[in-house]
This record gives sequence, C-alpha cells and structure tokens, in this order.
Amino acid sequence: MQEIFNIFVKSIFVDNMVFAYFLGMCSYLAVSKTVQTSAGLGIAVVFVLAITVPVDYLLNEYVLKPGALSWLDAGFADVDLSFLSFILFIAIIASLVQLVEMVIEKFSPALYTSLGIFLPLIAVNCAILGGSLFMQERDYLNVGQATAFGLGSGIGWFLAIVAIAAIREKIRYSKVPAPLRGLGIAFIITGLMGIAFMSFLGIKL
Amino acid sequence: MSTKHEKEPLFSARNRKLISNPLGMENPITVQVLGICSALAVTAKLKPAFVMAVSVIVVTMFSNLIISAMRNSIPPRIRIIVQLVVIASLVIVVDQVLKAYVYDVSRQLSVFVGLIITNCILMGRLEAFAMSNKPWPSFLDGLGNGLGYGLILIILGFTRELFGSGAIWGYSIVPQALFDFGYKNNGFFILPPMALIIVGIIIWIQRSRNPELVED
Repeated sequence: MQEIFNIFVKSIFVDNMVFAYFLGMCSYLAVSKTVQTSAGLGIAVVFVLAITVPVDYLLNEYVLKPGALSWLDAGFADVDLSFLSFILFIAIIASLVQLVEMVIEKFSPALYTSLGIFLPLIAVNCAILGGSLFMQERDYLNVGQATAFGLGSGIGWFLAIVAIAAIREKIRYSKVPAPLRGLGIAFIITGLMGIAFMSFLGIKL
Repeated sequence: MSTKHEKEPLFSARNRKLISNPLGMENPITVQVLGICSALAVTAKLKPAFVMAVSVIVVTMFSNLIISAMRNSIPPRIRIIVQLVVIASLVIVVDQVLKAYVYDVSRQLSVFVGLIITNCILMGRLEAFAMSNKPWPSFLDGLGNGLGYGLILIILGFTRELFGSGAIWGYSIVPQALFDFGYKNNGFFILPPMALIIVGIIIWIQRSRNPELVED
C-alpha cells in the first residue's frame, strides 16, 4: 500500500509528465489559452491515462513480455513479442479512447459536451502513449502500481495545464516584447515552472 | 504520378520550396508548434539528438509517401487509425534498426523512439499535406519538415552539450586552461527546463528577424 502511494505522489510531482519529460507538449501549448478548456482536456487525460495504463500493463504482462505467453503452454516460454508493443499499445489506446467516448456519451451527456472534441484528440497525445511506454520500461510489480502511476501522471498533467492556462490568462495584460508574445513566452514560462517543480526532486519516497 | 513527372522536373522551384520552407519560415517546431513532445527530452547531448533527428526524418518521409499513395482509398472515418498503423510500423522498423546498430544511443533515447508515433509532426503533416497531395511532393514535404525539426534538435543538442558538459559529440573541446582559470560547466543546461528556455529564445530571435510571424 505504502509503495502504491509513493508511486502515485512521485508521478504527480517528481516525474511530472510535462516538466520532467515534456510529454503532451503539443496539446499543452495549443489548448492552454483559457482555464476552462484546459481543465476539460486535463480531466479527459486523467480519465484516459487511468484506464489505458493498467490495460496496457496487463497486455504487456500476459502477452508481450519475454516469456509472458507461458501461461498458454510451456512451449511459448521463450517467445518475445515486445517488438510489437508500439503498435499494440497505440491500437489499445485508440480503441479505448473511442470506447470511453461512447460510454461517456451514453451515461453523462453533460460531461461529454464539456469535453467536446478533446476526447478523440487524446488518442494522439504523447502523454498517453508515453505513460504506457514508461510503465513498460519501469517494470511495475502489479496492476495496482500501474494504476497508481497512470492516475498520478494524469493528475500531474492536469495540474501543469491548468497552471499554465491561468498564467497565460493573466499575461495577456502584461507588456511582453512583441516577438516573444504567444508561443515564445509560453515556452519560457514552462521552463520556469519546470525549475520550480525540480524542487520536488529532493523528496525521498 | 507519372504524368506529374512529365509536366514538371523532379526538383522544380515549387518542389524545392517544399524542402526549404520548413527550415525557416514554416519551421515545424518554432512556427507550426508541432512535435515538441519528443524534441526536448533527447537534446541534452548532441549524439542522441542527431540520431533522433535522423529517425524522425526517415519516418516523416516514408509515412508521407505511403499515406499519400493510399490517400484515395482510405475511408475518411477511419483515417486516423490507418495513419497510426502506418506510422507505428515504420517506427517499429526504426526502433529495431537503432537497437541493432547503435544500441547505447537507443538505450539513452528510451521511450522517446516509441513516442515518434504520437509526434504531432507526423499526424500534422499527414493531415495537412499528404492527404491532399501526390506522393512525390508529399515525400519532399516530409523530408523538409523532418529537416526543420532536425535543425532545431541539432541547435539544442549543440548548445546544451557545449555549455552543459563542455563537449561536442562526447569529445570535450573546452580547453583545460579555461577550467584552470575558473570556468565551470553550467550543469543547468543539462536539466530539462533549460531546453524549453532555449527554444523560447530561438523563437524570440526568429520572430524579431521576421516580424510577420509575431502573434496578436
């Protein structure tokens, strides 16, 4: 239990998707113009990461890893399918996003309209595939840990995009040098926020 | 495609523009804001940045070529899945080649080779160009955008390695005399936030030289 909580906190602050690994930067920069829309996208990312990472974990554990197929038959014990992981992960993500979209549309039309076009776009957000690939690389021990990692990364991404959107809303009234306006200053702010988040590096969990 | 070749030479002025535009005025990173995700994390050293740039160039060229050749037979409703499958297969090939020939760099790049799949440059160029153009111009467009992306990666990798570890391509070039004099490597350049700030500065320089790019 302790271990799961540690992974959760670590993936929000220390290994923040945006500030430590630059994942999901495209939508992070494109959508962070107002707090409201960026919160909508952030919630969608939390949702999708919390579902896709455990599913991809099970796929990796029981199909792709070297020797993972041995539950089928002892003869498969030395089969290594890990080279297929990119294409299978992205297929799982694309279809899960589609599924999540249909479920939300059916059971919560209000949430569906507020997420709007962001849900389908999430399939090509690097943070989602990045979550699954990091999960594969870090070799988590069980589904609980993988879920904690997925949820934590999503929340970290949510925090980052809401924070930058709030700053960008305010900065509209500041005198930024003309060539830096818009994209340039967003990069530099993100860099400064990243430096602030680096202060979490010292936390020993 | 063959009729096109009869009408205009392989490297006509228009086709040359497809390669040269993304290097400057239509740079995928600093102007179109595509593909930042995997660009920054791999640039602490020049060598991984170079390998990453080459991998992305290869994938953009061939995904543009393949999708453009298939563009009339892809049903629009499922085009994203089709594009993802083509890109993912190309990335698997690149990943296996990297693992076979430059294993140490492939370890350093870790998940970022896989993340080429969701690199926005690929989907962005496929949607914006390859889906509505013939294969040869699409191939050149992929090459140009890959080169534009690579250019920024090389600038970043060069600056960060030079100031961060006093070396280029792993060979230290800052003379010992300078260290004796009190010069120190600025470890800050190795850390992730500095990559963002350097890109911000590149954008600043580019936009103050081309005022028409300024926003608002």
